[in-house]
Amino acid sequence: MSDSMKKVIKIDGVDVPFQEGQTIMDAALAADIYIPHLCHKPGLSPHGSCKLCTVDVNGRAVSSCTMPAEEGQEIDNNTQALNEVRKSITQMLFVEGNHLCPSCEKTGDCTLQAIGYHLGMLDGHYPQFYPRREVDASHPTLVIDRDRCIMCELCVRASREVDGKDVFAISGRGTNRQLVVNSPTGKLGDSDIDGEDLAAHICPVGAILIKDHGYEVPIGRRTFDLHSVAETDLDEVILKKTKHHDESDASDKKEGGVYGV
Amino acid sequence: MTMNPKPSEHLLHALHAHQQQHRFISDQAICDIASRLNLPRAQVEAVTEFYSFFHRNPRGRFDILFSNCTSCGAIPLMNKLCEKLQVKAGETRADGLISIAETSCIGMCDHGASALVNSLTVTSLSEAMIEEMASLIEAETPVSEWPNSWFQIGNNIRKEGLLLSDSFEPGAALKAIAGRSSDEILDEITASGLKGRGGAGFATGLKWKFCRDAASDQRYVVCNADEGEPGTFKDRILLNSHADTLFEGMTICAQTIGATRGYLYLRGEYRYMLDALESTLQSRREAGLLGSDILASGHNFDIAIVVGAGAYICGEESALIESIEEKPGTPRIRPPFPVTSGLWGKPTVVNNVETLVAAARIALHGHQWFESSGTWQSKGSKLLSVSGDCARPGIYEYPFGITVQQVLDDAGAEDVQAVQIGGPAGRLIGTDHFTHHIAFEDLATGGSFMIFNHSRDLLEVVRNFTHFFAHESCGFCTPCRVGTTLLKNGLDKVCGGHGTAHDIDELKATAALVSRRSHCGLGMTAPNAIRDALKAFPHLFETRLLHQEMEPEFNLDASLQEARDLTHRDDAEAHL
Repeated sequence: MSDSMKKVIKIDGVDVPFQEGQTIMDAALAADIYIPHLCHKPGLSPHGSCKLCTVDVNGRAVSSCTMPAEEGQEIDNNTQALNEVRKSITQMLFVEGNHLCPSCEKTGDCTLQAIGYHLGMLDGHYPQFYPRREVDASHPTLVIDRDRCIMCELCVRASREVDGKDVFAISGRGTNRQLVVNSPTGKLGDSDIDGEDLAAHICPVGAILIKDHGYEVPIGRRTFDLHSVAETDLDEVILKKTKHHDESDASDKKEGGVYGV
Repeated sequence: MTMNPKPSEHLLHALHAHQQQHRFISDQAICDIASRLNLPRAQVEAVTEFYSFFHRNPRGRFDILFSNCTSCGAIPLMNKLCEKLQVKAGETRADGLISIAETSCIGMCDHGASALVNSLTVTSLSEAMIEEMASLIEAETPVSEWPNSWFQIGNNIRKEGLLLSDSFEPGAALKAIAGRSSDEILDEITASGLKGRGGAGFATGLKWKFCRDAASDQRYVVCNADEGEPGTFKDRILLNSHADTLFEGMTICAQTIGATRGYLYLRGEYRYMLDALESTLQSRREAGLLGSDILASGHNFDIAIVVGAGAYICGEESALIESIEEKPGTPRIRPPFPVTSGLWGKPTVVNNVETLVAAARIALHGHQWFESSGTWQSKGSKLLSVSGDCARPGIYEYPFGITVQQVLDDAGAEDVQAVQIGGPAGRLIGTDHFTHHIAFEDLATGGSFMIFNHSRDLLEVVRNFTHFFAHESCGFCTPCRVGTTLLKNGLDKVCGGHGTAHDIDELKATAALVSRRSHCGLGMTAPNAIRDALKAFPHLFETRLLHQEMEPEFNLDASLQEARDLTHRDDAEAHL
């Protein structure tokens, strides 16, 4: 196919090629264009729930991770107005849960936190909800802290679609939604999850943590100390960091990398 | 061939049956039901905790849910019953006799204060009835022995039009289309100009055509009878008195699109009609109007009924489909739309009750009969559910194009302050809009028409709607899940006299974000009442503000709630 035959969408005025079946997010990531997102992960079915990837397509608000790319789409993405909206949505996620970054093991490796920095978020803005949700430490190597869960369902999908299991689900309605475990007792320790499962490592926040590897990597050398969340090829790095952050990773030489620089 | 589309037990029905017997769904019950129905345990848990009518803690042997709707609500009466029976709203009395709680609109807005008693509808509640009810409960008199008159539900039809004035012989519309091709029926429906009566107004003929033309080995017809919009009760009347016409409409749709199975999704609040609807289905099977080779047409079709369990979101068509699939009612990603990928991934037509009734009549009388009524963009008639402050609440069927003022006059509404058109998800209009017309091109509505006179505190009405959406948000997407609660808390603060000008700005910004960025129609419409009120009735807010300028960021009194709970105090001294 010649270049002139290529189908394109326009993102912030730039022509971005796409193939039939790709979403706006797929096309953007392939072109190294960052659209903030939390519930999306290439390889898993798109979800469209966090709404951080909201863009305006010919003036209409859509989720870029679920909207099929189509010829003729003129898309606003990296605009001040949209980033303000995304900041508000990020703040909503912060106040809905108990996200106390300094005391969270995930700090520096947390995508929610990194997006907060990326969008220039300085506070939670809205009044805190202070939910009280159950901690599940029943598993020998994993722990669930539901107060930090952002309902992105990455673990739900990873378990079903990649691990070939069905360990997680979301129960409840509205602000009472919470992560539940598909085991006879509802406890993670009685489920068939394995420490090597993708579902055990995919959590973008500190809701599912690996017990054995807590606090191994010093602050300043964690994922988002060394990388910007806007790098579009980070998925492998993020996953790896949750296991053994520093081991055999060339990027550990970039000690002290400052976010955003 | 088994024609019953759902031979096995539906999860929602299994949970209902279990709860009727055991008064709640225990952890053990979840495991048992999951293994009996061969479903993942977490799915059964998720469904149990999604639908308002299922409880994880024991309810009383008498379990009463009072509507908190602005039209059929009865919160003062609820409080009175709580006081009489010494039980707190939302809790179960220690002896397990009684539990009392609130529920969203139960569709009895023309009958005054109403409640559900052990899932049965009691209407026209009065103080005297509450006294008697308390005695009946303390005496443990079974609900079946309560006064019969309490459970009577009338139609309250005040004005008949195209649909309601016509009598209908079961089978008449099917006979009228006998021998006609799918294209011919589609042409008839399309030519009539019929648009969906649920509120969104999508062209019915086009919807059927999209579904028929989608490649598949199976298609479905689903009737949306999850009439959950507060203030709407017109489908209740159609289900009660025009069920044959409705089922015939579904059968005609099925024949047109090539479906062999259909579902009626009935809201849990209308469970009292289930037996009558099942018996209508059975009569139709016996008359050869459902089942195999209907009227020797070679077409096979049957209908099963799925009863919901208290979730407004299931009125959204893809959430409704999820619910029929025994899952929490979470709206799906669109596209694909149900017409290409609906129930179990198959092309599915989801139509409102009124739409299907109209379709059956159009098949019988022809498109001219229908399009002679209404306006150029809104053909036919519309059933309005009129409630609130008026002398004659009930069902009014008008040709499209009627003005708001005409409806108010016919209903005997005086001293009107505002009208909520289309329910909390619709529009709040003041007197300057009463010359507007009910039509898709002007004031579109699913049928709810709530009247508020000057005796009402309109801000309390808006607050009621805001609480409704926070309660009913499914929680799937961030803007709606968090945003509807932020709006609720923000408006509570203003209504409580703790708001500042800053809070109004915050409400505006959050409302705009939720409207524009939410996943589905619920979130997109949830802030409507606040936005309309801020625009048309700004003084309502301003008069409640504590300061016009200062910006206290939190409500000191509300912050003491936890301390009050811990010390079991709620007296005046414990408040600011």
